[in-house]
Amino acid sequence: MTVWLDTLLQGIMLGGLYALFAAGLSLIFGIMRLVNLAHGDLIVLAAFVVLVVTSALGLDPFLAALLSAPILFAFGYALQYLLLNRTLGRDILPPLLVTFGLSIIVQNGLLEAFSADSRRIGAGALETQSLPLGGGLAVGVMPLLTLASAVLAILALNFLFYRTSIGRAFRATSDDPETAQLMGIDNRRIFALAMGVAMTVVTVAALYLGMRANFDPTIGPARLIYAFEAVIIGGLGSLWGTLAGGIIIGLAQAIGARIDPEWQILAGHVAFLVVLVLKPRGLFPRAVD
Amino acid sequence: MLETRGLTAFYGDFQALYGIDALLAAGETVAIIGANGAGKSTFLKAIAGLLPSPPDAVRLDGVAIGGLAPAKVTRLGISLVPEGRKLFPSLTVEENLLIGTYGRAPGGHWNLARVYALFPVLAERRHAPSTALSGGQQQMAAIGRALMANPRILLCDEISLGLAPIVIRDIYNTVPAIKAEGASVLLVEQDIVQAMAVADRVYCFQEGRVSLAGRPSELTREQIHTAYFGT
Ligand SMILES: Nc1ncnc2c1ncn2[C@@H]1O[C@H](COP(=O)(O)OP(=O)(O)O)[C@@H](O)[C@H]1O
Ligand SMILES: [Mg+2]
Repeated sequence: MTVWLDTLLQGIMLGGLYALFAAGLSLIFGIMRLVNLAHGDLIVLAAFVVLVVTSALGLDPFLAALLSAPILFAFGYALQYLLLNRTLGRDILPPLLVTFGLSIIVQNGLLEAFSADSRRIGAGALETQSLPLGGGLAVGVMPLLTLASAVLAILALNFLFYRTSIGRAFRATSDDPETAQLMGIDNRRIFALAMGVAMTVVTVAALYLGMRANFDPTIGPARLIYAFEAVIIGGLGSLWGTLAGGIIIGLAQAIGARIDPEWQILAGHVAFLVVLVLKPRGLFPRAVD
Repeated sequence: MLETRGLTAFYGDFQALYGIDALLAAGETVAIIGANGAGKSTFLKAIAGLLPSPPDAVRLDGVAIGGLAPAKVTRLGISLVPEGRKLFPSLTVEENLLIGTYGRAPGGHWNLARVYALFPVLAERRHAPSTALSGGQQQMAAIGRALMANPRILLCDEISLGLAPIVIRDIYNTVPAIKAEGASVLLVEQDIVQAMAVADRVYCFQEGRVSLAGRPSELTREQIHTAYFGT
């Protein structure tokens, strides 16, 4: 009994990590219908930025992430403004090709700069601390922080979306980019801002990616798959759905691993397929598309 | 104030406008009539910057503005109420109006309270999703949204389309109040009687060209019939 309760808790908290991977992807797809195939590699890139800031300045990783976020925001803004905006249009192929190419460039650039060695962002005592819940149950502080950060990130994004004037422009542009331009909204700037925001969330995802386990330049594409699955399970364009999607994959992986450690990854993909078959538009599809 | 000279427009290889010369003077209401597919919407879209055109083809106060991005044209004080209203479905009525302020031209009269005073029914439904409005209310919201940008020139594309006569009357009754705040109005209207009643001057389009222009009082039914349908 305790074992299964523990499994469920682990699964939910692992889901927090996947939701963080997915939130940026969900945001970008929701606003500009851009499927960013480089998303996983951008998470890894951000993890290296946090790692470099941590070791170069001897900072606590959380502080390092705080410093890295504006850098990565600016990077995202420029990436969108200078490159990705040029690929957007009626044809869906150019953005796929360009972000696929970007994925390869980021991976090889990181290999060149940091080698294939695996790294870790050291978090000191935090890595092993846990909170006893009684009855023999305990949760790790790190997984708990991950989930809390995921919920906070989604709350913050929802606030931005539904309570601010820039969020209104995001939604209007997502609804109808041509009419949004008639309202005086510069789509290219809105898209660049959205990518900047996505890269800020990616920084948080990267922080936990790097603190929880080893990473190296080649692990991006697998993170992209988890992120994709979370977004699609949740329903395209729904941020809370993305959180739910992440948690479902996390739960499935934890349960799979409990049955047989070799089943962990497979169980996540199977859960994704099952949801896709039962609800092809995801759990929380947007009313308007 | 607003002038087009030899304005052409293309959709890919297809030419929709063949050199339109037209004028909208300050304080005027000008109507464009013409059959379906004559190029009326294309003309408004070209002025609004949604279709490319050479700089000289559109002039505002003598300044060439053809080919500017739509967001820039809006900031110069030209607002389009697009055909089919085009409200943002995931925004509430009030959010739709507020979106209109992004391209606000400096100075001007319009704000939420004044738009609500012009269309009181929108105030009642301010928190409703724009998709929950009736056709007439949607049209009012689309006009209100354009007004929020404080336009000097309001371009209206078929604001009576699909609406009941009584609703059309309500909407057209607001035109004098809009003009009183200093806007000139260029409107596309399928209903010839309505167009003649509201406009100082009319242009009739036929297959991408101006087939007739003049004051309503000076045009005969026969002239209009010929210009509208061709012979
Ligand atoms: N987006 C478009 N792509 C291709 N052709 C178009 C498009 N919009 C309009 N047209 C064509 O341009 C011509 C003028 O259309 P339009 O300006 O919408 O006419 P009107 O508003 O007078 O009914 C028509 O022949 C129409 O088929
Ligand atoms: Mg039309």
